[in-house]
Amino acid sequence: MSAITLDGVSKVYRRYGRQRRFATLKSALLTGSLVRHLRPDESFRALDDVSLTVAAGTTCGIIGRNGSGKSTLLKLVAGITRPTRGRVGVRGRVSALIELGAGFHPEISGRENVFINGVMLGMSRREVERRFDEIVAFAELGDFIEAPVKTYSSGMYMRLGFAVAVHVDPEILLVDEVLAVGDESFSLKCLDKFAEFKRRGKTILFVTHSLSMVERFCDTAVWLDAGRKRLVGDPRQVVQCYLADVEQAEAAHLAAEDARAQGSASSRGSDAEEAAEAAPDAHPAAEDARAQQGSASSRGSDAPGTEDAPPAAEDAEARPGAAPETGAPAEGEETPSGAEASPPDASPPPSEAPGDEPPPDMFKAAEGRWGSGAVRIEQVTLEGRLGAARVFRGGEPLTIRMRVAADRPVDDFAFGVSIFSADGVCCYGTNTHLEALESSRLDGAGEVAFVIERLDLVAGTYKLDVAAHRRDGFSYDYHRLLYTFRVKSSTRDVGIYRPPHAWRFSPNIRFKPPRS
Amino acid sequence: MLANLVRLFRHRGLIRMLVLRELKARYRGSVLGFLWSFLNPLLLLLVYSFVFTTVIDRGDLAGLEPYAVFLFCGLLPWTWFSSSLNESADTLIVNANLIKKVVFPVETLPTATVLSNLCHFLFGLPILFGFLAYHQIPLRPADLIWFPAVVAVQLGLTLGLSMTLAALTVHFRDVKDLLSNGLTLWFFATPILYELSAVPPGVRAVMAFNPFAHLAMSYQQILFHEAPFAHGRPLLAVAVGAGGLFLLGYGLFDRLRDSFAEEV
Repeated sequence: MSAITLDGVSKVYRRYGRQRRFATLKSALLTGSLVRHLRPDESFRALDDVSLTVAAGTTCGIIGRNGSGKSTLLKLVAGITRPTRGRVGVRGRVSALIELGAGFHPEISGRENVFINGVMLGMSRREVERRFDEIVAFAELGDFIEAPVKTYSSGMYMRLGFAVAVHVDPEILLVDEVLAVGDESFSLKCLDKFAEFKRRGKTILFVTHSLSMVERFCDTAVWLDAGRKRLVGDPRQVVQCYLADVEQAEAAHLAAEDARAQGSASSRGSDAEEAAEAAPDAHPAAEDARAQQGSASSRGSDAPGTEDAPPAAEDAEARPGAAPETGAPAEGEETPSGAEASPPDASPPPSEAPGDEPPPDMFKAAEGRWGSGAVRIEQVTLEGRLGAARVFRGGEPLTIRMRVAADRPVDDFAFGVSIFSADGVCCYGTNTHLEALESSRLDGAGEVAFVIERLDLVAGTYKLDVAAHRRDGFSYDYHRLLYTFRVKSSTRDVGIYRPPHAWRFSPNIRFKPPRS
Repeated sequence: MLANLVRLFRHRGLIRMLVLRELKARYRGSVLGFLWSFLNPLLLLLVYSFVFTTVIDRGDLAGLEPYAVFLFCGLLPWTWFSSSLNESADTLIVNANLIKKVVFPVETLPTATVLSNLCHFLFGLPILFGFLAYHQIPLRPADLIWFPAVVAVQLGLTLGLSMTLAALTVHFRDVKDLLSNGLTLWFFATPILYELSAVPPGVRAVMAFNPFAHLAMSYQQILFHEAPFAHGRPLLAVAVGAGGLFLLGYGLFDRLRDSFAEEV
């Protein structure tokens, strides 16, 4: 028997435009029709044709990104809002843990609030009376129950709210991310209560971002994505699919962030270019070649011919002495990913170009890009086991692949890589020079790969420095914190580095076999 | 109408709790606490009677001695009426949290507002009757029977208007400002500070459409004037109108109910 049925349910929220907000009653009266005016200018579909059945006595978890319609679904089941289309059927008394202690009046005592809240949630006065002691005991309030609610700590407030709501003794319990609040022991207590509900054969529908809770507690899971039902079924399977999707989105997000950082880094680099272009000995031909190659690389395409920037802009930039303010922005519009201004050629003495100097405090430096440009790192890709990726599992391989190019042969060079954690700690840094690789010659384009066979970092977000520089440290092309990746782990270990390790025990120390 | 009343009756437990909540919360933290329920109308009365007997000495009030008592007969029900409307207009917005997060019958909110103000009205009655006794104004038992009827009519009228205002304010916040100004006008257009007979006949005809004028006059006739109560017919008309308004207000409230959780 099903406790909750949703049948082709859609929920459209109305959003009113600017006009609606400013012209209120006046215009409603002027245009004559109140009802007509209550029609929306714009609508937002929070749920789109969702059908769902939750069998009585089962626990169903709803997962999905923020704004995917989870809370809307819960509100529909609770009856707080009505579906725009479709039908919501609920069999049994519902209690919704959507907000704890909603309706508590701060000025009056906890005791009085319990009664008011209890009645509001659907209990009769007598029922509240009967369960009152139980509620107070569960909330662990003691004598505070006689004090006005405004004197409560937020923990006490929530505990009392939770206590009242679960003592409504519903057949169906709706929970919205309530467990994210409160301290550890309160969370555990809530979990115990849920377990008890489960044991007693109640139906629980809950929305959460805690995927482990879904895996642990739920009989089924529903994945909502942008208001649509993406997947329903076994919690583990749904969670896995959801995670995979989240990782993909995360990777895209990290890449976009990096692109922005790289874009702003190269616009800072254009200062250097300006200086170089003003320098009398800048070589026109080299400039031209660089401009073409630079804008080609910014788009990440191999062939310079694929670029669609108007030639005029190209020329303007290529001509020495042409104002870079007009050239660079024009091209910047064409190539938002932006590395149009690669560092200048090494023809002038390197130290004279202002872009050569790294920021005074290297360690505190924000993301950026600098260098003389004699060797350029044109593209950096991160690859996991299955190709380009941004999200890795601990222990997976990671390859940092750099496409490099030099317009003129260079014999003094080194490539370096550093990994920084989100709080700026250098987890690891090395370069070819430190590892005693003596450079001999680099001519034209090539590829450098830094292969990490096991990425034994703990979970977290990391940023990368990659660089091409002279052996004495003078930068050809330094990319500071421009690439981001994330490491995920099912283990919640802490620190920076996870050495490959194992636990060994003498036979008298035993552990339960791991759960599947 | 019956269906609506039944619905309200079914939620009487909740309404009772809400009324208690409002009454309790109202004076919590003040030194005089519940005494304010008595003091408020008393102080208001003093202000008005000072202004209209000492500051503005009007000869035409001569027949209304003692003026303070006459004033009180109309002022006390008016306070109930106007505070109910003012607070109802706010009540859904103040309780937005509840409406958005908890499933419960929203119409209990304006109802509880009206009823808690009715309680304040009832608390003020002993003072009124004290005044009447002090000035030795005789009360006719035959008239006093009408008193609950007048209160009931006023309750219906207030409920209907409150529901309407509560529902509309969610969509149009301007209702609140319109309301507070409208109520001031309404107050002076109602024979509370003066008697209807003091008004020119042309205006009087217009005033006949003011439902609260009939309520105020009923209170005055029952409690203050010595002549027997003779306002039954207009009161009946107001009662019918109040019933219609209640239906209409409840209907509008029902119509807009689904939008509350989204718009509030």
